[in-house]
Amino acid sequence: MSEDVQAHIRTYMKVGAALAVLTVVTVAVSYLPFGVPLAVTVALIIAATKGSLVVSFFMHLIEEKRGIYATLLLTAFFFIVLLFIPLLGHADKVGEYYTVPNANAPAAESGGH
Amino acid sequence: MDIPYIVEERADTGLNNVKLGIWLFLASEVMLFGALFSSYVLLRLIAPEWPLGVDVLNVPLGAVNTAVLIGSSVTMVLAYASLKMDNLDRYKQWMGLTVALALVFMIIKAFEYNHEFEIGNFPWTSTYLAIYFTMTGLHALHIIGGVIVNSYFLGPGAKMWETNKAQFTNRVEAAGLYWHFVDLVWIFLFPVLYLL
Repeated sequence: MSEDVQAHIRTYMKVGAALAVLTVVTVAVSYLPFGVPLAVTVALIIAATKGSLVVSFFMHLIEEKRGIYATLLLTAFFFIVLLFIPLLGHADKVGEYYTVPNANAPAAESGGH
Repeated sequence: MDIPYIVEERADTGLNNVKLGIWLFLASEVMLFGALFSSYVLLRLIAPEWPLGVDVLNVPLGAVNTAVLIGSSVTMVLAYASLKMDNLDRYKQWMGLTVALALVFMIIKAFEYNHEFEIGNFPWTSTYLAIYFTMTGLHALHIIGGVIVNSYFLGPGAKMWETNKAQFTNRVEAAGLYWHFVDLVWIFLFPVLYLL
């Protein structure tokens, strides 16, 4: 039991060190002359790596039961839905007013549209 | 009446109710912060102009605060490990350090807010500042909540150790899960608001 906890403590320290290094990397990378799309991608990859370290080791997700995985799978699904609803709404052009040129209309009336 | 399955696991879920309960709560928290991250993306996409965080905020202070919060996550998990090793004194040291680091985070955040107000940057100044203050303000409220809970488990709540070690350890584990989640949110907030 105690040896098991000792092994965990060594893991916690390593994860803590990795997180500190990744924080420095995050800041350092932000000073590189990337364009916004590349900068966002790199920053989010590093943040996701740090986040998965926290969740896996500090929150013990790697040794968790199936019930928790099921809960998180649902959460991840709805999180993605939540993220995309406004974006899809933003990209959506359905219902926007536009006119198709009407080939059958008299020339004088179709000119205004 | 005793509440069942606080320590022992339920046969159907394989979990005790404390563990399942705190994860369900954290799932709802993901949706809360998720809505704000979603709003951030939309606001940024449709804004006519969006400042770089580095031009508005103090990146070194934000980076220090990130390190402080990661440090407090390490001390929190060490506090839990100390209980697992049956060492209450060591637990109190680590938990005390966790609370102290949380307070350091809040002090630094207060300096940052104060500086923004001094130079006339308020939530109503721009869309960027509106989402910055909303997200970091909500996160700061979570820090305060964590400080209250962790202080309770450091002080009067620790008496339970004498009567029911397993239940107290479970409580600290649940508080730890919440605290790591607060750290996790900041890990995403920092690059999104300060660096991009």
